[in-house]
Amino acid sequence: MADYSDAPRTLPKKPWTFDDHTLSEIRRAAATGIYDIRGGGSKRRLPHFDDLVLLGASISRYALEGYREKCGTDVILGDRFASKPLHLKIPITIAGMSFGSLSANAKEALGRGASAMGTSTTTGDGGMTPEERGQSRHLVYQYLPSRYGMNPDDLRKADAIEIVVGQGAKPGGGGMLLGQKITDRVAGMRTLPVGVDQRSACRHPDWTGPDDMEIKIQELREITNWEKPIYVKVGAARPYYDTALSVKAGADVVVVDGMQGGTAATQDVFIEHVGIPTLAAVREAVRALTDLDMHRKVQLVVSGGIRNGADVAKALAMGADAVAIGTAALVALGDNDPALEAEYQKLGTTAGAYDDWHEGRDPAGISTQDPELAKRLDPVKAGHRLANYLAVMTLELQTLARANGKSHVRNLEPEDLAALTVEAAAMAGVPLAGTSWIPGQ
Amino acid sequence: MTTTLANTELDLAKLDRRQVNRALQEAAKGDFTVTNPGGTHALACGLMHPVSVTIKGHCGYYAAGMNKEASVTIEGNAGTGVAENMMSGVVRVTGDASQSAGATGHGGLLVIEGNTSARCGISMKGIDIVVGGNIGHMCAFMAQAGCLVVCGDAGADLGDSIYEARIYVRGRVASLGADCIEKEMRDEHRAELADLLEQAGMDADPSAFKRYGSARELYNFNIDNLDAY
Ligand SMILES: Cc1cc2nc3c(=O)[nH]c(=O)nc-3n(C[C@H](O)[C@H](O)[C@H](O)COP(=O)(O)O)c2cc1C
Repeated sequence: MADYSDAPRTLPKKPWTFDDHTLSEIRRAAATGIYDIRGGGSKRRLPHFDDLVLLGASISRYALEGYREKCGTDVILGDRFASKPLHLKIPITIAGMSFGSLSANAKEALGRGASAMGTSTTTGDGGMTPEERGQSRHLVYQYLPSRYGMNPDDLRKADAIEIVVGQGAKPGGGGMLLGQKITDRVAGMRTLPVGVDQRSACRHPDWTGPDDMEIKIQELREITNWEKPIYVKVGAARPYYDTALSVKAGADVVVVDGMQGGTAATQDVFIEHVGIPTLAAVREAVRALTDLDMHRKVQLVVSGGIRNGADVAKALAMGADAVAIGTAALVALGDNDPALEAEYQKLGTTAGAYDDWHEGRDPAGISTQDPELAKRLDPVKAGHRLANYLAVMTLELQTLARANGKSHVRNLEPEDLAALTVEAAAMAGVPLAGTSWIPGQ
Repeated sequence: MTTTLANTELDLAKLDRRQVNRALQEAAKGDFTVTNPGGTHALACGLMHPVSVTIKGHCGYYAAGMNKEASVTIEGNAGTGVAENMMSGVVRVTGDASQSAGATGHGGLLVIEGNTSARCGISMKGIDIVVGGNIGHMCAFMAQAGCLVVCGDAGADLGDSIYEARIYVRGRVASLGADCIEKEMRDEHRAELADLLEQAGMDADPSAFKRYGSARELYNFNIDNLDAY
């Protein structure tokens, strides 16, 4: 018999299907019997704004001079029916994140940063805190299925009302705030016993379909004297129909949140497997508005994975009027900062991957209700960081708009875009770069 | 608008809903009668002062929604979500009410003299609801605080996933929802119930009622409760 003991061997190969992460999840599930809950958005590579490019000016398009020629950034949200629409200086808003999931200091910092840049911030599941109202020049009040802390006085104190039907991270799912974060103050605001695992409802308690929602919008308008813009926020499930039905129900603004959108706490399986990517959702929402001749009459706000001025420029070029950011705003405040690496290690994770926000042990003091941890976040300094970040995004957005010859960012248009992948071309409905081909058209 | 010393009449045959609601919302006090409601939606919603309002006829959805301090009587039936998210005051329906009556209410007293349908008291947060007749299915779903009193029968899945609200039923309960159990009626409960029945003007003997509430077994996730999820 030949001796092959010294023969070269192929390298050990791990399966693609059963990669290390998958194996670790099977082991974790086998040991605990509980599904994985986490914060954040989808973590896998999805077709996104990175798969689009802006074309820039050329012989047929005239560029504007950077730093000299003005490029406007303001946006009006809610002028369809509301007598007091929001007039924001920049089309980048702060998405709804609940007090409860975030500390009071974090909410205050979001208000400070947004206000410094003339944009809006949004409450969340759990009601409005005085810290947040006090520091937010434009505050959008979320109207959620749970109706925690919901009252007509806060409704009237708000500058706009956002009816939350769904979130991109979990279209069809309700909120979740586990016992560790239900402190006295959070419990009091939500009328819940301290320390319970709180599951907010996934359906509104007093309507069941779009015709009922129309009446609900009328009620909210009657209670607020037809002054406040009314938004409807949907997770990206069926954005064409959800947008059309929101318009029909009388919304002033539609917010479409794609599957990359963050959440405070949801089952990982939900985050990763329900809903469609932001890129695909924007295009469908714009198509609905255009079909109804309501594009730019009902404004579209897009969220889910917006990180920089380029993402904003591309979303606007696809037809959005504004964007909302959640995760990126938290990072600007100090979330997942490598300077805290030692503490992340103690929690069994690493900076950039920390997503156990539901446990309330956030070393950055943001997604926590622990008073000691919360103290670590200085709302004034964190607010400054957010304002700086928003300023950078806005400068980037203007740079790209000028390069495409636009004197206002709202003039960005689909003709300014090309796609780098066939998938992105098909989803966004723009030609594959170097061709005039839009798959499906 | 016809104003007599004692009462102001708001006639929906002559005024539109906005005019009627504005008059009711802006008045600091006084008595009002709303005529010809004709099933109008969102009527007398968002009231915020101690006014007294009588609506002569049937209302659509969300009548007296988010009521604060006012006393509203609907002489007729009410559509979905009557007194939804009510904060305080009293809302009375002399006829029947549709689904989600008193949904998410934070305070005050809602009285339905007739029957009400599904999801009455859903996610209630401190409101007290007294129903003279029967209630439909899934009532007091995720009810957090306050009392639901039912002089007649209750439909299926009563008090599913209930938190700290208390339910009193005189008649038959078709079935109890997850984590909702029958509980002992102690003196404090009989006193609370007697007081609510009296406030509601219901002639019923408190000792004929049974009490239901949370077993508190689903308050924190526990893999041993898998069958309940
Ligand atoms: C910590 C956290 C809490 C959130 N809470 C809410 C909420 O209460 N209501 C809501 O509609 N969306 C909530 N969201 C979702 C955001 O409003 C928004 O849709 C999402 O963060 C946008 O995606 P992005 O994080 O990629 O920017 C939350 C997101 C995060 C990260």
